[in-house]
Amino acid sequence: MRTPINKWIKDGDPWIWINAGAVTISMIMVFGLLALIASRGLVHFWAHDVMQADLSGRDGSRMTIAGELIETEEVAAEQLRDAGYIVPDDLEFMQRDLMKLGNRDVYGGDFKWVMDASLSNKTYPANIIALERREWGNFYGFIDTIKENGNTVANGDSAWNELTQRIERALSIYADIHAIEKVEIGGINSRMERLRLKQRRLELKGQDTPANLLEVSEDRAALDAEYRALQAQLTQLYEQISRDTLTAKTVEGATVEIALSKIVRAYQPNAMSLAEKLVFYAEKIIEFVSEDPREANTEGGIFPAIYGTVLMVILMSIIVTPFGVVAAVYLREYAHQGALTRVIRIAVNNLAGVPSIVYGVFGLGFFIYFLGSGIDQALFPEALPSPTFGTGGLLWASITLAILTLPVVIVATEEGLARIPRSIREGSLALGATKAETLWRVVLPMASPAMMTGVILAIARAAGEVAPLMLVGVVKLAPSLPLDGNYPYLHLDQKFMHLGFHIYDVGFQSPNVEAARPLVYATSLLLVVVIALLNLTAVSIRNRLREKYKALEM
Amino acid sequence: MTTELLNRDDAMQNDTQTAAVNDKSESATRTHGIDISALKRGTTISRIEDEEIALQVKDLRLSYGEKEALHGINMVIPKKRVTAFIGPSGCGKSTLLRCFNRMNDLVDGCKIDGQILLDEQDIYQRKVEVAELRRRVGMVFQKPNPFPKTIYENVAYGLRIQGINKKRVLDETVEWSLRSAALWDEVKDRLNDSALGLSGGQQQRLVIARTVAVKPEVLLLDEPASALDPLSTLKIEELIQQLKNDFTIVIVTHNMQQAARVSDYTAFMYMGDLVEFGNTDALFTNPKKKQTEDYITGRYG
Repeated sequence: MRTPINKWIKDGDPWIWINAGAVTISMIMVFGLLALIASRGLVHFWAHDVMQADLSGRDGSRMTIAGELIETEEVAAEQLRDAGYIVPDDLEFMQRDLMKLGNRDVYGGDFKWVMDASLSNKTYPANIIALERREWGNFYGFIDTIKENGNTVANGDSAWNELTQRIERALSIYADIHAIEKVEIGGINSRMERLRLKQRRLELKGQDTPANLLEVSEDRAALDAEYRALQAQLTQLYEQISRDTLTAKTVEGATVEIALSKIVRAYQPNAMSLAEKLVFYAEKIIEFVSEDPREANTEGGIFPAIYGTVLMVILMSIIVTPFGVVAAVYLREYAHQGALTRVIRIAVNNLAGVPSIVYGVFGLGFFIYFLGSGIDQALFPEALPSPTFGTGGLLWASITLAILTLPVVIVATEEGLARIPRSIREGSLALGATKAETLWRVVLPMASPAMMTGVILAIARAAGEVAPLMLVGVVKLAPSLPLDGNYPYLHLDQKFMHLGFHIYDVGFQSPNVEAARPLVYATSLLLVVVIALLNLTAVSIRNRLREKYKALEM
Repeated sequence: MTTELLNRDDAMQNDTQTAAVNDKSESATRTHGIDISALKRGTTISRIEDEEIALQVKDLRLSYGEKEALHGINMVIPKKRVTAFIGPSGCGKSTLLRCFNRMNDLVDGCKIDGQILLDEQDIYQRKVEVAELRRRVGMVFQKPNPFPKTIYENVAYGLRIQGINKKRVLDETVEWSLRSAALWDEVKDRLNDSALGLSGGQQQRLVIARTVAVKPEVLLLDEPASALDPLSTLKIEELIQQLKNDFTIVIVTHNMQQAARVSDYTAFMYMGDLVEFGNTDALFTNPKKKQTEDYITGRYG
């Protein structure tokens, strides 16, 4: 006798429901995560309208404020009464707004929580301007006068066009200054440093003959001359850029003098059309992914972090792939399959489960303190006592992560090798190929998709690691990129920025929590995108290889 | 429904069988320059003693671990003839075949005693280079195993291994090999396509072309047609007839008709022993041993 329920269970229907349910829940979780970080992160770049309103304080004082409305939340009235606010008895909840007031130089902070009820006369004046500055955060207020060398050239709201033109001029000069300082003077500095090291090396080797020293000092004199020429150019540019100043008024009427050289961007949010806002949004996103950070990483872009992450992951892949493949080939093709290989396999598999911070500690202890300082003693004695490889850097970070991901590559490659049919190997051997020739010409190419699978998993793991990197070479702010135009171009000894660490740094180490919060989400989203792009690249390579070597059905 | 299908299957099988039989009777008159009519008529039965010798097996014993699989085989493989090994599954015929190019070296725990002489030289001597031996004794396997490369590169593989990379030499050899394997006309326009796009029968002929490209002296065929359909089988058999003009061929087959059709000499093996070896017609029409007779008349196997 079978009841319908029994039959239903026996048919496997519940099983299907459980399966489908599990898939659905997984999808909801993944998309929910992406939606959350995307919505929190991307809204940051929008040009919000600037609201002007009167704020009445608890002591009856009144002040005018202007700023962007960032967030609103409901607060229990009980809680507010406890905090000393006067709340009407019939209310259970009150709305509280987070306002970005900017003007840190005036108020001391850019953000303020205000009770919505204490705001009155909310208006959105079209002539209010928002300035993004290199220092002190945003400014919100009105144009008063624009001065050139102290002489007024434009006045009031009609000066807007004049202002944007002059800002553009200042920006182009700033770009020149930046190029000279970063690229040319940076290059001279790096060559100067190399000269200093050369001289020190000569001294250490006892070859500091007058002739050699003369050569060094001649080179140095040439560089000095070059530097002085650039310096003169810079002085001129600085003079030009500091020509214009803006006197602006806050909504309360305080006057603030702002040098145009300090302004990154000026806009009138309330007067912008939707199309203008979209353009602005696109510009901000581009700035985010292509510029250096400003203001303790809470403003500007995160380009160096993207660059560092991608470069580190690529180096890691270059290191881990040959190692993993060679190890897997030995284990699968050459080693006698016995107890020892079994033990090695178990060990390799267990390595994959070791917490990543342990690898960080290993990298610090072995690579940096032992190998690195050894390398410094042997190859870079002239730089001592300042370490070259004896401190965290790109090379050690890449190698540490390569070790971390080695088991994944070994296991994937071994599985790939095991899947190659015996008949194919025999076919090659029967044609007079040796075992090594068979490996190189037939087996390894056919196993390459499996190797790529290993590399994909390795990339996915390495790109997201933060903990070990904190020990072996990641920093909050790196002065220069690890791959640039200065000899020797790829600076393996240099510290670098990393998206994962950047999230941690901006989120937890920032002096300006409210300003940093949206950046945490935006950076997280970008990290996900970068990892996805790296993965997609690897996947597309693998698919191409698979297409080429799809003989495995046999 | 199912019975219908079964019936149809049966009918198809019958069809193909009759086709094969027809082919067999016709093959004597087919072109390709093969004159096997003499054999079939049985007027001049060639004797193994009169043949030139390609390979000589002397008291060959082979064991996998504790288990002995070949118990002292003595035989000769005549030059430029087709020699077939028949026998029930597990009788050691494939094992013996794989001894000729030392494919058994790859098997863990495989131990070999005795000698196999190729040009009077023992191939199991220490100084023999296995890769070089396999160049001289090529092998085609049961399942087609083309490499995941282009048709051209498959055939050129053996030459490239030998370090021959001259385009002209490769082109010539590839064409010659593919013609030898009767595949040239079918693939000459798509030499740079993947070999995996070929049909099973074409793949097997490609593998044969790949093997003959290195111009071995001996060609070992391990059930080359067992994974193929009857038409492809026929093509392979015709090919064998052609190839024996240039190569010594040893073929292992489960199919007794095939052995009778293609081979000049047949060896019947049973349980690791060579039971009977001799002229194919003689062995099939007038077996000397009772075991052989039982096997070829279908009493076991």
